[in-house]
Amino acid sequence: MVEKVRLMQGNEACTMAAIAAGLEFYAGYPITPSTEIAEMCSEELPKVGGKFIQMEDEIGSISACIGASLTGAKAMTATSGPGFSLMQEAIGYASLCEIPLVIIDVQRVGPSTGMPTSPAQGDVMQARWGTHGDHPIIALAPGNVKECYELTFRAFELSEKYRVPVIVLTDEVIGHMREKVVLPDPGSYKIPMRAMPQNPAGYKPYAADPNGGVPLMAPFGMGYRWHCTGLFHDENGAPSSKPAVASVLMRRLNLKVENRADDLADYFAEGLEDCDLAVVSFGSSAMAALSAVRRARSEGYKVGMFRPKTIWPFPTATVRRLLAPAKRILVPEMNLGQLALEIERAAGCERPVIRLGKVNGELFHPDEVFAAIKEAL
Amino acid sequence: MRVEFRLSGSGGQGLLLAGIVLAEAAIRDGKNAVQTQSYGPEARGGSSKAEVVIADGDIDYPKATAPDFLLALTSDAYRSYGLSMKKGIIITDSTVKIDPPAGVPVVALPILETASKKLGRAVVANIVALGVLGGISGIASPKALKEAVRSRVPKGTEDLNLAALEEGLALAAQAKAAH
Repeated sequence: MVEKVRLMQGNEACTMAAIAAGLEFYAGYPITPSTEIAEMCSEELPKVGGKFIQMEDEIGSISACIGASLTGAKAMTATSGPGFSLMQEAIGYASLCEIPLVIIDVQRVGPSTGMPTSPAQGDVMQARWGTHGDHPIIALAPGNVKECYELTFRAFELSEKYRVPVIVLTDEVIGHMREKVVLPDPGSYKIPMRAMPQNPAGYKPYAADPNGGVPLMAPFGMGYRWHCTGLFHDENGAPSSKPAVASVLMRRLNLKVENRADDLADYFAEGLEDCDLAVVSFGSSAMAALSAVRRARSEGYKVGMFRPKTIWPFPTATVRRLLAPAKRILVPEMNLGQLALEIERAAGCERPVIRLGKVNGELFHPDEVFAAIKEAL
Repeated sequence: MRVEFRLSGSGGQGLLLAGIVLAEAAIRDGKNAVQTQSYGPEARGGSSKAEVVIADGDIDYPKATAPDFLLALTSDAYRSYGLSMKKGIIITDSTVKIDPPAGVPVVALPILETASKKLGRAVVANIVALGVLGGISGIASPKALKEAVRSRVPKGTEDLNLAALEEGLALAAQAKAAH
């Protein structure tokens, strides 16, 4: 295998991974701290025969991506909090119509314009519930530059496989950080491809496929006639307001992801087996947390670390199992307790969950987390 | 080994690029490196800071926690970051006001003047500063610094920037000889 050592930025790693996964279409509107992704796509995509469009805003951006994906192209956009808010309605449309799509959200502190150049992790719940109605969503959170590459690639795999929008939830620190990265030979990756129907006759765009339950997707313009609508629809794609049709659709739609929550669970864990205190943190906060956990261990404290890389669907059973030994749980995150809500739900019945929130636009310092660990023990 | 650098000054001085080149040089020498930054919303002006952490092994926290080397190219940057230095060395431009005095050694060198007068281009002060940082810290070999400069500066400016690096290394050598 040919490995390439590079000093690479998180945003750059997301872009390189997307292109390696077969990205063919990017539409976006620049916003700090995600802009490097748009810049790089504008330079790199035309070289591989792809298309880059700078749209008039984020609503146009995600809508163009949805259109591109419907024709069979792999599509991506990138944004930050304010732009992510504008994209929510279209994310709902893509969820209901089962259109594969990757959205990189490089989080900055908000609400509203906030502090545009400062990091935060305040979009955890927006990633899950930003659009209305029960809907399937997958969100992955890289903890370093290498994972920006790995999880963006994974986002395309999952998006194509489950026909679902996948959000890569990074933040200003990870997006802008440059790190030594060893990239694998691009040839060692299998480019994700969506499953396609074999015959236009009798094609049902929203019928659960016997293999895996996800409907087969026919690209527009390939001889398949089907209707794509944000109205509830039956297996043929025809609008329907029948309660029985709605119920079948909504349950299939949501369960195709929720039923796989623990298969999709990707995480980093260290020292949980004998821990008194488990520290749960993700993204850039987890860098400070892991540093503090390792220092606490070296000083004899029984502390472990859990860092989810899959945030949604939340890996409830995995969390419950891995955190079972802990008497207490500390959750450092750059918001006022969004991941902590899920930890409380999954593992908080038997033990206290202590929130350590930070919303001043600064990354945690390991000393802050270490002090909280000592206080919690 | 974990060595921390903080490069501070005003937005537009090119300190981010200097930080990137320093990190890349360390990687070319086989070390591990992480570079981070913080800056204001302004395109120019405002305060700007780049940090580089260099280690032999894994780096779990990417930001500087107690810098070994602080570069302060403006008096504001000195006041913001110089006074909290508990260890290490502060490297400033000769025009920076060291007021109030710092608790650690300060090496003041004519970085901005070398760029504007000697090289005739104020814009390469960042690479002069990089030469000074690289020379005084000894963190990366001159060879790796040169390769990193060549790969990261805009095309067509390689010779000018390599000259700036040499001037910075020379300033560092003079400063070391004087101590």
